[in-house]
Amino acid sequence: MKASNFRIGIDVGGTNTDAVVMRGRTVCAACKTPTTADVGAGIQAALREVLQQGQLTPAQVRAVMIGTTHFTNAFVQARDLARVGVIRLAAPASVSLPPFVDWPHALREAVAGPTFIVRGGYNFDGAPIAAPNEQELAEAAASMRASGVQSVAISSVFAPVNDAQERCAETLVRAAIPDCRITRSADIGRIGLLERENAAIMNASLAALADGVVRSFADSLAALGLDCPFYISQNDGSLMAPQVAQRFPVLTFASGPTNSIRGGAFLSGLDDCIVVDIGGTTTDVGALSKGLPRESSAAVDVGGVRTNFRMPDVLSIGLGGGSRVRVGEHGAVCIGPDSVGYRLREEAQVFGGATLTATDIAVAGERAQLGDPGALSAQQRALAPKALERIDAMIEEAIDRMKTCAAPADVVLVGGGSVLAPRRIRGAARVIAPPQASVANAIGAAIAQVSGEVDQVYSYEQLGRDAALDQARSAATAKALEAGAAPDSVRIADIEELPLQYLPGGAVRVRVKAMGELQAFVEA
Amino acid sequence: MQIALEDARDFARGAAFLGTGGGGDPYIGRLLLEQALRRSGPAQVIAADSLEDDALVIPIAGMGAPTVIVEKILGFAEGELALRTIEQRLGRKASAIMSAEIGGLNALYPVAIAAHLGLPVVDADGMGRAFPELQMVSFNIYGQRAAPAVMTDEHGDAVLIESLDNHRVEKLARPVVVPMGGLCMMALYPMSGAAVRECAVHTTLSLALGVGRALAAARDDQRDPFEALFEFLRGTKHYRHCKLLFDGKIVDLRRETRDGWASGQAIIEDPTGAERLIIDLRNEYLRARRASGGQQYTVAIAPDLIAILDRETAEPITTENLKYGQRVKVVGVSAPSIMRSARALEVWGPRAFGFDEPFQCLEAVSG
Repeated sequence: MKASNFRIGIDVGGTNTDAVVMRGRTVCAACKTPTTADVGAGIQAALREVLQQGQLTPAQVRAVMIGTTHFTNAFVQARDLARVGVIRLAAPASVSLPPFVDWPHALREAVAGPTFIVRGGYNFDGAPIAAPNEQELAEAAASMRASGVQSVAISSVFAPVNDAQERCAETLVRAAIPDCRITRSADIGRIGLLERENAAIMNASLAALADGVVRSFADSLAALGLDCPFYISQNDGSLMAPQVAQRFPVLTFASGPTNSIRGGAFLSGLDDCIVVDIGGTTTDVGALSKGLPRESSAAVDVGGVRTNFRMPDVLSIGLGGGSRVRVGEHGAVCIGPDSVGYRLREEAQVFGGATLTATDIAVAGERAQLGDPGALSAQQRALAPKALERIDAMIEEAIDRMKTCAAPADVVLVGGGSVLAPRRIRGAARVIAPPQASVANAIGAAIAQVSGEVDQVYSYEQLGRDAALDQARSAATAKALEAGAAPDSVRIADIEELPLQYLPGGAVRVRVKAMGELQAFVEA
Repeated sequence: MQIALEDARDFARGAAFLGTGGGGDPYIGRLLLEQALRRSGPAQVIAADSLEDDALVIPIAGMGAPTVIVEKILGFAEGELALRTIEQRLGRKASAIMSAEIGGLNALYPVAIAAHLGLPVVDADGMGRAFPELQMVSFNIYGQRAAPAVMTDEHGDAVLIESLDNHRVEKLARPVVVPMGGLCMMALYPMSGAAVRECAVHTTLSLALGVGRALAAARDDQRDPFEALFEFLRGTKHYRHCKLLFDGKIVDLRRETRDGWASGQAIIEDPTGAERLIIDLRNEYLRARRASGGQQYTVAIAPDLIAILDRETAEPITTENLKYGQRVKVVGVSAPSIMRSARALEVWGPRAFGFDEPFQCLEAVSG
């Protein structure tokens, strides 16, 4: 192993920016620093500290991986978003529900620009519904230019089956507005026109912000003399190059929970497990299957906008270290969902505060040694067994709901609130609470892989199932290689077939995902 | 009665409940309905009793693959064309539109198109729930002709089907869906006001809206949604027998695709592990059997309604969204008598779905 084979993982969260230095599979240094309003400054502080801890020079660092919730937060809060013009290639189909149709008012106000439903789109088999009309497209582009639009989303019916029309529209828009940022729906979403179009619009609304944020990442690294490549982690636990993140900021939307799932799994050495991330206010439970977070099959709501891009399946429940504990009617103990959150160290009983929290219960029940146990009254202590029973039931149920079958699963505990959890859980084969679990997110970023995915409808009658799956597998592999995977490490991580009911010709929707180690590590 | 913009969500949730696991995700239908109500004002819902004997009522329904429904979004033009083509063929104007299937997406399309066209929609449908086949409709059972039937697509294509045999209409229609891109709007079973009174399942639009409202109100008042649901159903004329069939957790799912139907079983277990409920599904939930102490017996069977709901929120769960570990309550609701006649049971009773047992009324089963 070369002396320079270090990599740094950073997690830029809403509250903390965590950083770790890793070499191979070893965590060499780790730190937690507060996130700053100027993202770059917080990253620099974290990098400086972690380099110092690990006694490294910038030249020894081979790559930096960054996970960030910045774009999710910006979108949900309708902050720094660009106005987006939309072209939908669909007419005469899909004209009754225009773009932005189901958006919440505030986001629509912030984002909605001029919209056009023009001739075009495809059927499920890739045959065009209508040929695009160049003049109609050119007129739409000219009109967007006249209204000052700088960000454009382009969608078309069944674009995941055939994206040629979206590309053609892009060329024409580019000709009219040369420096505008364009997002094509086929690059982002899956089957489901409105959800995919929404994802494309969200992405276009963030594109200008993404330029700035990704540049500030680059500047922060440069300021510290780190001239190695850096990557941004995305929803499925794989990495993308900064220029890809600049183009597709929505692909980072769920990277926070994904990194914690993968980081937790890495620390425990497991490829298949349930990861329970207990924070101050919520517990997020995710599942890792064959090394990748399991994805949600349902439509995912972001800030009230329905989308269908790749997101991990995460179950959040209102249980955290700061959850309030109350006694309800008939003596039943109630935990959360409200929480004292980041004020835990002032408000919890054991820290001299006046609120009974889940952390106090953990101390009373001798699961955790924190603060001053003497601050708890005899009555509160007497509550502990019942309250712990409730906490255990909440965790057990959440785990059980994330399982896909009744067989016991390995459970990994991460997060600052993991002291709440019992060390034996019903339905769990093993319960693992690894050290360094508090920086699991940053570790998840540091160990991310690269992936490629195909989602397309094939005719099994024409091609035969084997040939169709072969085509899908090679296309996914090619996409993973394109994303920077080392050829020998690429494997097919997932295959999903969905027969299209009511249609003859054996039409089947096939989803294949390939992933592999980043070429840069394999070389190292 | 009216269905106004603020009713759309409740109506869609009620339609999802009556979908008994099938009928498609009403999301697209709700958006279409909201769009129509926003532009054209509330939809007028009229009782079948208020129809003239010779009024012309035209049922409308979408037909196609679920994957296509979410890409090629059926719209007002397709619905209007279907209606106009039938009107032209019959040489007269429609008095009202009707739903063929109150469960799922097809509950929403007709109301949206009625609002858009300013036509009233009849408080009735042809299934009283959702069923997987075009001929499983009360209009067929009670002797109405499906033809003239029209299929339309976004291109302005309209295919008119004439046949004396309702099964042949379905047979002829299926292959036409393909060149229409896997999805079409249909207008079929045009019938008189008198025929609607005789052959339709009545007050099912009010039923869907009432179910949705009861669930929403319970949520607002932080009441038990199941209590609110039962209270509402017990006050209805045709769906008043209802009960909680089971409360438990999904412990196993067996799925297969057979003859174009998503078939399978969902096994639900109570917290003690002593009892199980076995649900047979084929697009919809069709039979619920209770298993305890080595014995199995049917507690509800089609055409009675079986719904699986989230045990906390009472949100209806469709067959494709069932997952291991979900905490659910299973609710059974009696079908109205028009759906339980000997003629009706031949078409949508237990044997029509391959269950070798006679139909028994949900309210007649103890426990």
